Amino acid sequence: MKQTQFEALYAEQWRRFAGYLKKLESGSNLRKRDGLEENDYNEFARLYRRVCHYHALARDRDYSVYLIDRLADLVVRGHQQFYRRRTVFADAFLRFFVAEFPQLVRREISFVSLATALLYLPALALLLAVLWQPTLVYAMMSVEQVQNFEAMYNPANDHFGSARDAETNWHMFGFYIQNNIGVAFRTFASGLVWGLGSVFFLVFNGLAFGAVAGHLTTVGFHQPFYSFVIGHGSFELTAIVIAGAAGLKLGYSLLAPGSQSRLASLRQAAGVAIKLIYGVILMLTLAAFVEAFWSSSGYISFATKYWGGVLLWVLVLAYLALGGRRGAE
Amino acid sequence: MQLDNVLYIETPEGSDLALHPAGSGVRIYAYAIDLLIKTAVTIVVSIVLGLAGGLGSGLFLILFFLLQWFYPVWFEVWRDGRTPGKKRAGLRVLSGDGTPVTFSASMIRNLLRAVDFLPVFYVAGVLCMVFDRNFRRLGDLAADTLVVYVQAAAEPPQVAANGSLPIPPGLSAEDQRALLAFAERTRDLSPERQAELADVLGPILPPGDPVMTIQKMANGIVGRL
Repeated sequence: MKQTQFEALYAEQWRRFAGYLKKLESGSNLRKRDGLEENDYNEFARLYRRVCHYHALARDRDYSVYLIDRLADLVVRGHQQFYRRRTVFADAFLRFFVAEFPQLVRREISFVSLATALLYLPALALLLAVLWQPTLVYAMMSVEQVQNFEAMYNPANDHFGSARDAETNWHMFGFYIQNNIGVAFRTFASGLVWGLGSVFFLVFNGLAFGAVAGHLTTVGFHQPFYSFVIGHGSFELTAIVIAGAAGLKLGYSLLAPGSQSRLASLRQAAGVAIKLIYGVILMLTLAAFVEAFWSSSGYISFATKYWGGVLLWVLVLAYLALGGRRGAE
Repeated sequence: MQLDNVLYIETPEGSDLALHPAGSGVRIYAYAIDLLIKTAVTIVVSIVLGLAGGLGSGLFLILFFLLQWFYPVWFEVWRDGRTPGKKRAGLRVLSGDGTPVTFSASMIRNLLRAVDFLPVFYVAGVLCMVFDRNFRRLGDLAADTLVVYVQAAAEPPQVAANGSLPIPPGLSAEDQRALLAFAERTRDLSPERQAELADVLGPILPPGDPVMTIQKMANGIVGRL
């Protein structure tokens, strides 16, 4: 068939298809329905397959390059509209946090356990070391930093955890969001370097935590410090552990890809690990809230803070251990 | 040896989609524009919220955090895979199979920027792009995404000659594209250069001025009579 005949026969269909494409492309991704009527969807699908066929014909018959390119453009745009995946957030969001996230944490329990050990064992080790040899704290941090911590957790303070006087809780909330979630993201992302980055972040934070805890206990500031930490620590420490576990999973996928190529193994691991990070974001947001408005307050008694903290720990551990168990597993 | 790295993806319908991955230079350019925008927004917001005391500074920190990590995610997922910088540079983020990028993939590629940034200023990311066939950085590799040039629909070239001629038989698609490209660029070439190039095809062209002949053939390819 000559090209002119080909074009005369099918130009009408290409025109209609281009019209559908235009309507679909102008609709925003946020709306569920965009631009097309109900029956038009079937028509669009039919026309898409036809246009792919005409494109293949035109290439095979060596028609003019200009025509082939035009049809190729329709095919590319049609492909992107046809195979577009819509993320509908509301129900997926709820289902994820109620059931999927705890299930995921339990499924990755080996990485989570390793991350827990990497965070808490150095902390415990340095805590005991500093209790035994108080000057060891200066191996981890400078004199100014130690004095800073002492100023933050002095039992005589109105507010704990912050050295500046005139700051309000909202500022600290914003600060904890920006700082802690950023650290969690870096802990996760640096796991790409064969897991080493995550190991470094976990161990370093554990050592720092242990050193500060040990030092403040020796100078007698343990009441403000532990009551401060226990409140939001249930969310924050657990979230850091999970972020580290996600990073370790990335690194391990490169070290031991099994029967897949390293790239395929990495992609598979990344797809799972990023879901852990969604949970981490939520937990750290809650932690920031508790840390800014509850933990740091000087007006809540230490006993209340301890009991509140214990309750939160029980809740978090119960959520991770039992969440999503009914039915799915 | 192919210098052009066009990526051909076969769709379920059996078509070959031709995607043109974008290299590090243009991606750096797009990133620079995005960086400028983010900096400008940060400065403006900090001035406005600086007046609102503790609540304002808290809000500012949260907004700064969101801007830092999620600015690309928003645009990639809900604005057709194009941040303002990429739009200006004519680029787009796609999934590895040519479909629009998903939320998870966008999150992965943007959180892994922290690794691409190491040791300083995205050196790891640029090195990875240089060594990969499809110019993917570490985040792209893990998330299975591509940054490609957006192919605008081809405009028919404007040529000076009127009338059309049939093309010689046996010309492949590549050759036809060469003819079209010549016809498009005649405006930028001096007449001597045009004649010099057109003479290369002398043996296979019908008698007459080669430059005009090729332009008329371009008309024929485009379908202009």
